[in-house]
Amino acid sequence: MSSPALRLSVDPALGPAGIAPGHVTGHGAGGPAPKRIIVGYGFWIFLLSDVIMFSAFFAAYAVLFKNTAGGPSAHELFDLHSTAVETAVLLASTFTCGMASLAVGHRNQKWTQIALLVTGLLGFVFIVLEIREFSSFVARGAGPSRSAFLSSFFTLVGCHGIHVSVALLWLGTMMAQFYAKGFRQDIRHRFLCFSLFWHALDIIWVAIFNLVYLVGSLPPELLP
Amino acid sequence: MLGKLSWQAVPFDQPIALAAGAFVVLVIVGALVWVAAKGYIPYLWREWITSVDHKRIGIMYCLLAAVMLVRGFIDALMMRSQQALAFHAAGYLPPEHYNQIFSAHGTIMIFFMAMPFVIGLMNFAMPLQLGVRDVAFPTLNSVSFWLTAAGALLVNLSLVVGEFARTGWLPYPPLSELTYSPGVGVDYYLWAIQISGVGTLMTGINMVTTVLKIRAPGMSYMRMPIFCWTTLASNLVIVAAFPILTATLAMLLLDRYVGFHFFTNEAGGNAMMFQNLIWAWGHPEVYILVLPAFGVFSEVVSTFSGKPLFDRRSMIVATLGICILSLCVWLHHFFTMGAGGDVNAVFGIASMIIAVPTGVKIYNWLFTMYGGRVRFSSAMLWSIGFMVTFVIGGMTGVLLASPVADFVLHNSLFLVAHFHNVIIGGVVFGVFAGYTYWFPKAFGFVLDERLGKAAFWCWFVGFYVTFVPLYVVGLEGMTRRMQRFDRPEWYPWMLVAEVGVLTILCGIVLQIAQLWVSIRQRAKRRDLTGDPWDGRSLEWSTTSPPPVFNFAVLPVVTSDEPYWSIKQEARARRHLVTAEPDYAPIEMPRNSPTGFVTAFFAVVTGFSLIWHIWWLVILGLIGAYVTFVAFAWRDHTEFEIPAEEVARIDRANRAARAAALAGEPVR
Amino acid sequence: MRLRSGAVLRGVLPVVLVSLAACHTAVLSPVGPVGEANRIVLLDSLMIMLAIVVPTIVAILAFAYWFRASNTRARYLPDWDYSGQLELIVWSIPALVVFFLGGIAWISSHLLDPAEPLKSKAEPVEIQVVSLDWKWLFIYPHQSVASINRLVVPTGVPLDLRITSASVFNVFFVPRLGSMIYAMYGMTTRLHLQADLPGVYPGLSAHFSGAGFPGMSFDVHAVSAEEFTQWAAATRVTGPVLDEAAYRKLLRQTQNVSPYTYRSVQTGLFDDIVEQRLPPGEGPSTARSAASGSAVMLAGGRH
Repeated sequence: MSSPALRLSVDPALGPAGIAPGHVTGHGAGGPAPKRIIVGYGFWIFLLSDVIMFSAFFAAYAVLFKNTAGGPSAHELFDLHSTAVETAVLLASTFTCGMASLAVGHRNQKWTQIALLVTGLLGFVFIVLEIREFSSFVARGAGPSRSAFLSSFFTLVGCHGIHVSVALLWLGTMMAQFYAKGFRQDIRHRFLCFSLFWHALDIIWVAIFNLVYLVGSLPPELLP
Repeated sequence: MLGKLSWQAVPFDQPIALAAGAFVVLVIVGALVWVAAKGYIPYLWREWITSVDHKRIGIMYCLLAAVMLVRGFIDALMMRSQQALAFHAAGYLPPEHYNQIFSAHGTIMIFFMAMPFVIGLMNFAMPLQLGVRDVAFPTLNSVSFWLTAAGALLVNLSLVVGEFARTGWLPYPPLSELTYSPGVGVDYYLWAIQISGVGTLMTGINMVTTVLKIRAPGMSYMRMPIFCWTTLASNLVIVAAFPILTATLAMLLLDRYVGFHFFTNEAGGNAMMFQNLIWAWGHPEVYILVLPAFGVFSEVVSTFSGKPLFDRRSMIVATLGICILSLCVWLHHFFTMGAGGDVNAVFGIASMIIAVPTGVKIYNWLFTMYGGRVRFSSAMLWSIGFMVTFVIGGMTGVLLASPVADFVLHNSLFLVAHFHNVIIGGVVFGVFAGYTYWFPKAFGFVLDERLGKAAFWCWFVGFYVTFVPLYVVGLEGMTRRMQRFDRPEWYPWMLVAEVGVLTILCGIVLQIAQLWVSIRQRAKRRDLTGDPWDGRSLEWSTTSPPPVFNFAVLPVVTSDEPYWSIKQEARARRHLVTAEPDYAPIEMPRNSPTGFVTAFFAVVTGFSLIWHIWWLVILGLIGAYVTFVAFAWRDHTEFEIPAEEVARIDRANRAARAAALAGEPVR
Repeated sequence: MRLRSGAVLRGVLPVVLVSLAACHTAVLSPVGPVGEANRIVLLDSLMIMLAIVVPTIVAILAFAYWFRASNTRARYLPDWDYSGQLELIVWSIPALVVFFLGGIAWISSHLLDPAEPLKSKAEPVEIQVVSLDWKWLFIYPHQSVASINRLVVPTGVPLDLRITSASVFNVFFVPRLGSMIYAMYGMTTRLHLQADLPGVYPGLSAHFSGAGFPGMSFDVHAVSAEEFTQWAAATRVTGPVLDEAAYRKLLRQTQNVSPYTYRSVQTGLFDDIVEQRLPPGEGPSTARSAASGSAVMLAGGRH
């Protein structure tokens, strides 16, 4: 018994692959994708893997949330004002990063550099605020080695902060590359990845802001 | 200045460790000196170390795995020998040493033998089977390989400088915390795995993108070879699982280095959480290993039965089912941690459900043989040996998946026998089959079949003689990782297992002999047509070895066995089916030292982190960043192969195949 | 491929011999109801699966042999690669088996959960178990005695075990009695066992816990109820006292400890251990003096 799948009758009008020339079937039979798609797709997969890594830290945070070992709890520690400013700064930087993407699309060197510079400065402010928050906790005896809860808090939020810091390094490198080499295709691909990264970090921050800071600031009676 | 490092780190007071370390150092230095003296270094640098060609990288992965197989097997030999001697006696390995050996054995076999071997095979064969020129990110591929090698180097460095972990291949806290493991052993493990883990994650991203976005025209999803489907499934699991490993080991590192309390006994740490997190990675890991092996068997069984794979669609569905289910069963590794009836039962049932798609695969291979003309090449022997062995191993797995049965078998040698049953019967037999199957394609000559079959029989018989006693002794209540014991009913089985492991040793020696003899006789064993096995998929349409660009013109795929259908038509006509194509110049990515240099700085950073040499850590990180920038700053990333060169290579291939079709001897 | 009959015989004979040997192993010859249930689940699952596995292995070898290329009598079906009926059977059989085994797993996991008390008219004996590096401490709260590395229990009576660890993970396991369970610091796990036959049964830790792990075995002496009462009375008369000071001595790492008993136990000691009012077990570095401790750190922890 022969399987119909093996005997593909090819309509000559459709070309050798059985596909009308230039027509993509949606079943992935159109041949290798263009480079821009490949780069973007690969970077999306990386972002998903990074989200999974953050999920592991979120899970640890949830498990260890109540393990304060007699030390300060979230409710006692978190200052929502500072967090609100950090959030606003990061959201603003996402906007300016979007502006930079538009400038790159228009191949405008001046506005690309300005938008990236502002993005970087806003990101830098975010990091400074976060370091200040961490130092104040440490000064109050609420450092990461005080309790499991604090270890998981510092690690989760700190991991995000490290990602932002690395992104700032990347940002500086991108500014230098655009300046030195112009808007070459591979540099634009790289910038596509960078902006995806920057926006993804903002989304992670939204999760942190909600699940860590807002939930943590609730009075303990309201928590399960 | 040098952190914790001092001359006391070298094991001058431990004769066995000192001898082993000295031997390894001598072999490595000797090999380097020989290579340098013969003038091979420029060739190696140009053609291999800086290569971004998936075929070369795949070969290097397999070479790393083969060397680590020998190292890990020596650990196994030492362990079996210790247990065969240590009945009411101390044996020859004190606990401090024995405990490092079993930890190193598991770590090396999983991370630096099995993973590199399957990744190497996937790297080599998958782009060829997809009918394309390379993976999505060739330079990243090189970085992945060299980071894996960096991890392997760090683990082996611990033999000479310092010590290795004494916690088993997964460092459970509280034992792995600083309080109970104050030395550098656990740190060696953690940094080696973190570094190589980054490499593996990048491989996952690379291969998923390749399989989904880079295929020859006409190759829809349903027309992809099964090996590529298993590559996809395995790498999807890598992307899903390895970030969990990175996060979990990072938490343990923070506990050990900066006094955090994720898993410590004091200040609210939760050691049970480590078990959950690490096995949420750990179980998917074993499916990452076995899925590509399943893919190899699909290719080999189909080729050597002379029939298409039975029920492809079912195979694909089963593969994806295993892929998803593998993420849902992790708790079966600690049924005895007391989660209660509901939780245990749910995870037990989920674990059993995985047996369904796996069973379907076995039956599909079975019916592939049915109605076929089975040729018992050594690759086919590995496959049949796998089918028999894996069925038994899977059975003991479903047995252990029943929580109440696990309550008396957890952590026993029954468990050890089970996972070796599936890993050796599944993964190791699979990579050996793949190695034999694709060796001619990679190197242009066929391996000696007689020695290969002899090696198979030694492995097959040796496996059973080693591990059936372990099943029995596990039922006698013997637990794993015992440096000595005093129960007389366990002793005879330890002796039988020793005979088994010596039989496997014969198998390994025969494999080394096979390679040696085949290389010496390579002129006589040349694969002249590129298709030594009467293959069915696209890689067999290229020369052996393929040119750097794989295909002069990307093939247009019109069936799910594209090469086979064209070949059958060509055989009927007794000449080539397609006309000579219009040759165009081909752009290929340039070689790059990025991977090697990144790995160099990774080793420097890892080593200095282990020994607390903080200034060197900073230098290493700066070096890594500079490497990244230097790579990003390249202006010329590709080189062009002129159309005449492409034409010349392809015409030779076409001539050889035309001659074979016409019945003339191929020159 | 060799002659079929020779290969089959050579394969079958060892299987038979090993199976015979395996039938009388510790786990498969339990002396209590829990172990008996473990064994039933194990063997039933095994038998059900063998009913599938053995024919499958036979088919693999038979098909490979019959359809070998040199066999001209076998039909060659070069294009046969699908059968709907086979597809249905091939998915259904494993699914049915798993369904069946899953049902067994669900029911048995609930009935035999270690924390589930045993059905018995006899009053259970409560024993508190603490795993230390590298010995086992058994506290009998109602008899007010304690024992190191030897567990004396009456036969025919449910044993209500509460288990914790002073330091790292261990697993309390007596193969002849059945189910095992983890011992973890800061937590209590519950385990119910029963010994119906008098005898001496070896016990061990089934989770690697460090340098002294192989020496961490203990024996269970199952004796009649009267002998148990006598033993408790005799133990109360002689031996050291297990108070906080004595417990802190136990926290130091020692290996291959011979069994001995304590004639009295400080009230609530087990709860103090679980609630972390007493410190955890010491590690290797704290067990050494300051001078050699730093040498240990420099040398990378080599002992």
